[in-house]
Amino acid sequence: MSNELVLHSDVDVINEEFMHHAHGHEHHQPFITKYIFSMDHKMIAKQFLLSGIFWAIIGGLLSVVFRLQLGFPDQSFPILEELLGKKWAPGGHITADAYYALITIHGTVLLFFVLTGGLSGTFANFLIPLQIGARDMASPLMNMLSYWFFFTAGVIMLCSLFLETGPFAGGWQAYPPLSALADASKGSGAGMDYWTISMVLFVVSQLLGGLNYISTVLNLRTKGMSMTRLPLTVWALMLQAVLGVLSFPVLTAGFVLLIFDRHFGTSFYLSDIFVNGVGALSHEGGNAILYQHLFWFLGHPEVYIVILPAMGIVSEVMSVNARKPIFGYTAMIGSMFAIVVLAFLVWAHHMFVTGLNPFLGSIFVLLTLLIAIPSAIKAFNWITTLWKGNNIFRPGMMFAIGFVSLFISGGLTGIFLGNAAIDIHVHDTYFVIAHFHLVMGVAGFFGMFCGIYHWYPKMFGRYMNNTLGDVHFWITLIGAYCIFWPMYYEGMAGMPRRYYTYDTWESFKQFAELNKFISIAAIITFFAQFLFVFNFFYSMYKGRKVRESNPYHSNTLEWTTPINPGHGNWEGDLPEVHRWPYDYNKDGREFVTQVTPVEDGEELH
Amino acid sequence: MWLSIAVILLILLVIFQISKASEYVAVLRGKDKAFKQSNKVNGFLMITFLVLGLIGVYWCNKILYPKTNLHLGSSSIEGQQVDNILWITIYLTGAVFLITQILLFWFAFKYQYKEGQKAYFYPHNSKLEIVWTTVPTIVLAVLIVFGLRSWALFTGDAPKNAMQIEVTGKQFGWIFRYPGKDGVFGKKYFKNIDDANNPLGLIWKDSAAMGQKADPAAKDDIIAQSTVYIVKNKPVKFIINSRDVIHDFGLTWFRMKMDAVPGTPTTMWFTPKYTTKEMIERTGNPNFAYEVSCDQLCGNGHYSMKGTIMVVTQAEYDAWLATQASAYATAFPETVAVAAAPAAVAPATSDSAAHH
Repeated sequence: MSNELVLHSDVDVINEEFMHHAHGHEHHQPFITKYIFSMDHKMIAKQFLLSGIFWAIIGGLLSVVFRLQLGFPDQSFPILEELLGKKWAPGGHITADAYYALITIHGTVLLFFVLTGGLSGTFANFLIPLQIGARDMASPLMNMLSYWFFFTAGVIMLCSLFLETGPFAGGWQAYPPLSALADASKGSGAGMDYWTISMVLFVVSQLLGGLNYISTVLNLRTKGMSMTRLPLTVWALMLQAVLGVLSFPVLTAGFVLLIFDRHFGTSFYLSDIFVNGVGALSHEGGNAILYQHLFWFLGHPEVYIVILPAMGIVSEVMSVNARKPIFGYTAMIGSMFAIVVLAFLVWAHHMFVTGLNPFLGSIFVLLTLLIAIPSAIKAFNWITTLWKGNNIFRPGMMFAIGFVSLFISGGLTGIFLGNAAIDIHVHDTYFVIAHFHLVMGVAGFFGMFCGIYHWYPKMFGRYMNNTLGDVHFWITLIGAYCIFWPMYYEGMAGMPRRYYTYDTWESFKQFAELNKFISIAAIITFFAQFLFVFNFFYSMYKGRKVRESNPYHSNTLEWTTPINPGHGNWEGDLPEVHRWPYDYNKDGREFVTQVTPVEDGEELH
Repeated sequence: MWLSIAVILLILLVIFQISKASEYVAVLRGKDKAFKQSNKVNGFLMITFLVLGLIGVYWCNKILYPKTNLHLGSSSIEGQQVDNILWITIYLTGAVFLITQILLFWFAFKYQYKEGQKAYFYPHNSKLEIVWTTVPTIVLAVLIVFGLRSWALFTGDAPKNAMQIEVTGKQFGWIFRYPGKDGVFGKKYFKNIDDANNPLGLIWKDSAAMGQKADPAAKDDIIAQSTVYIVKNKPVKFIINSRDVIHDFGLTWFRMKMDAVPGTPTTMWFTPKYTTKEMIERTGNPNFAYEVSCDQLCGNGHYSMKGTIMVVTQAEYDAWLATQASAYATAFPETVAVAAAPAAVAPATSDSAAHH
């Protein structure tokens, strides 16, 4: 009771402050504070989104270049020499060094900058205050800093692409000793320094953002918005922030030790090393596997940091467009909780073949396969949400359906990889590539597209072009399956990932034709994304204007704000919440917004 | 190249123009009507995607399955267990895949928007939810039990009669070491490594500076670069090391794989089932070889880090072994030539004397 009182008095104080603030400044806000050093969560969300789009194009383009190598190892592409220079692509043929740099930066950029920064950065910032009925984040200043750390991390990563020795080229996991020794790999010189600094800044950005998301959800909910009335998006975004806050520091610790090994002569990870052309190093007694434990302690939760926001977005968008409550709201939250807890207990399944203690390996098999249960529950719940709905196929909805399809196709093969007795065969093969690209990469993108198409009208006050969205969806869905589904077969043949060419391998060269097909599919799918990019920017200025405040007849609070909400979101008082957000087609009413009071005799769900 | 980019841009432009026009048409004809039509089209595409997708999956399997070589089965006795659990998992997840994908797209299609249709308010159903929590739990429990049984076998001790071979990964190749006639691997120290004649850093000499004493067991060790001979139906245990960065000793055909970590040896054992010659017949590929692939990114030559395992019969193996000189003898040929000299030790002869 007293807690309630404290919370609400808090909200009132903040409300007053913001009201004051918003009214004082809205008429003459200079460009620099409105668009650049903005503290408005909606503007920061858009900044994350634009950065995310930028990095997605870069990351995708890198994959086009290395797919050219994989699909057409014998062919030369003069354009590559023009783009990458004589050193990286002599004669229009990328070098092995360039290839490894490309795959490394492709992974780093897409996973961290797009699917983590771009996805949760955009939607946590945008949706949390709007959907819980808050004027802004708990700390708008920290929120702004979060973006600028992210931005700086990006600038440094971008700079590393132009180093003479090239960017880091030892794989996005940056396993030492390879990542520690400039003599073992060119990219492990200055490129790795840039990479580590960039990543540490990125972690700072995530922590600033994450703490903010958690405290905002816990403290700034409007009157009546109990935790069990939160939309699933907010639940998902908060839980992913919990994951990030608890695991990113461990990664940083791993990086700090790595920096010490690289520059200050310590031996945390290094032992018994003789480098060709250099000789024996002085390091003794370190353990390279220690880094992998520290890395994967973040690295595994990281994939849930990516997928949880996507799951939340998909749940919300699917419910709105099926005109039906999300099936099993409590089970959805419960399974997300289970995922968060288990996410911390499965990291060593990436390390079954590192010589891990077999008993420990068995425990990790058990825990890893357990995490399939909450994932399965979620998939069944989504399918049931579609059942007997009145499904409206807006692009957001289609991306939600596509997400579920990809999540199933990619998720089921996690059962193979999580089982050490199968992993011993398919570990580090294309099976893994197919698995995580479908379940986390493309599915993460689908979650992001789903959210962008759905909330675009709220973000920019205009609609995106739906036909363009439809075409974008179908090409991307078909493309994703054409690229990644056949890779399962390559993986079952044991074809290792991260090979520059397979020409000389009797065991794997039978896939040369298939690699060509995959490359063509990848290139088409990449270029199809410009349909989205173009739609996004074109609609910002020329899209059809939003004229009704709640165009989807949605229940959540963001649609109770003005069409183009200012800083502070609501004019006048904050809305008061009376019910959960999923009363669609209840008691004959098509939708009942959260701010609608409960009628006499009405039963809450 | 430029041409194809121009073509792509042109296609994008056309799609864009059509989409823009469709929006104008929608405004002219009435948004509502256009919405209903596009919803129908997308609903139809949902079911079409399902049908064509399933045909695609079948067709993909038909073309690609033979290329996975799974039909030939594992070339190691232990690896058959990998295949078994793999197949069990394929059938189980395959069924789930089919059912869920069909339901997903079928529901999307069947319950697409229709005028006047009301969605069914169905927020939860405890019975259903309990069912689809317990069924996956049971299925996963079965997989865990099967998986862990095999895992215990793979990671357990190798049989007593297993051959022992040490393998060391380096940028970018594999070095194999046999213990020689004494059956003991001599001690080594990485600071003794000399690529010209002591690639593993075996301790052959006393050195006060490094605080090491020559290990007699090191003198009969046989070192082979990139190709290793093992015997059909005889278990073999590999002790896996790395000289520089992390590599991975990947044996696709035997369904085995283990990292090579500098400073921390790992092990792997299995029993080969078919000789290389038999595999040439079984695959119909005259160039067939049991290739060792490096499965952990180890630098710019990662893709070329190939080794070869020759599986031969015991007789062939014995004949091959007889032709091999110890690494010490190869490094210091004079020790073999002047075996009678008092200070020098000729490993081949002195060791056989000690054993008989």
